[in-house]
Amino acid sequence: MSDHDHDHDHDHDHDHDHDHDHDHDHDHDHDHPHEPIAGAESAIATRARALEELLVEKGVVQREDVRRNVDWLVSRSPADGARLVAHAWVDPDFKERLLADARAAALELGLDPGPSPVVVAVENTEQVHHMVVCTLCSCYPRALLGPPPDWYKSLPYRSRAVSDPRGILDEFGVELEDGVELRVLDSTADIRYLVLPRRPPETDGLGEDELAALVTRDSMIGVAQPA
Amino acid sequence: MERAVHDRGAWPTAESIDRSEHELADWELLTDALVHSLAGEGLMNVDELRRGIESMPADEYERASYYERWLSSVEKILTEKGVLAPGELDERLAS
Amino acid sequence: MTFRVGDRVRVSDRAHEGHHRTPGYLKGRSGRVELVHGEFTNPETRAYGGDGLPEEALYQVVFARDELWPGAADRTYVDLFEHWLEAA
Repeated sequence: MSDHDHDHDHDHDHDHDHDHDHDHDHDHDHDHPHEPIAGAESAIATRARALEELLVEKGVVQREDVRRNVDWLVSRSPADGARLVAHAWVDPDFKERLLADARAAALELGLDPGPSPVVVAVENTEQVHHMVVCTLCSCYPRALLGPPPDWYKSLPYRSRAVSDPRGILDEFGVELEDGVELRVLDSTADIRYLVLPRRPPETDGLGEDELAALVTRDSMIGVAQPA
Repeated sequence: MERAVHDRGAWPTAESIDRSEHELADWELLTDALVHSLAGEGLMNVDELRRGIESMPADEYERASYYERWLSSVEKILTEKGVLAPGELDERLAS
Repeated sequence: MTFRVGDRVRVSDRAHEGHHRTPGYLKGRSGRVELVHGEFTNPETRAYGGDGLPEEALYQVVFARDELWPGAADRTYVDLFEHWLEAA
């Protein structure tokens, strides 16, 4: 939506700032078939296309603008979040800046933190493990992690992340040591949360890129530990 | 207190989490992009999108896929605002 | 900004028709202000075409497990608007 610092200016619509600058790793061909052969297209796909056509015809939206937004969305991936994490692991001062203001820290690394006016990174430690949910819909730091996985948006996750988070961690194969405090964050407003997972043991010899490769999307949601 | 259908925190369920994922289909990317374009034009904001989704009948909400909900909301909000005539999209599809 | 970090607050359990971002599972429950996020536009009016002004204080409130239920996290953090909170 809009760009901001902490004294934000709220023109925000939904997740997307039209003025951002992106490094696109690949070209997304708008007509690339993700669904079955044309002709066998599902009713809902047809409906979505018809809506776009209608709105473009009416001059309500510009096709080029829609395509730019598609391009932005497909350019998003957890690699950006992983870079933030890896840098925080090797640079303690950066880590403090990340924990104080994750938006600013992302910008420092040349990353796009997205339109949310506030992004908060929460640190997992020996004492504390965090997990993030949006019980009301699907709020997620997608500029830094890419689109959320289906399960994050699912009704059971949205329900059980607050009623039975330890059960969910069990299902995801995360074993918390005795005495580790479990914290769940429910993203109900404009703040987006990102988990800073613990650096795995015996990684002292690894460079920042190698460390980033260990940071999974799920570890930044809080349902996994890094590889 | 009765809850709206989207208000899922601690909703009674013992369902396990289906961890399968799917790459977003073109129509889903399109729907997402369309909402952002509409937002950029000042025609629909994220709170209206959510409100539209939340106003779906409960069984429809639960049956619909994530971006189906978005599409339903866009149609509802734009019709409300007179950007679309009632039934205009259906008419378009039928023709 | 009525509340400060550390203040104990109770989430209103009033009925509210229409869009709002206070989850049902918290209504009537008490917690403590963990962070003061600042002021933000009101989604309850933006959802109906309003501009969401004036901006209103948004707080991160923490709910301990014994405020919620046995299977809850040790601490549950939720972002809530001032008009949903009262001093507890």
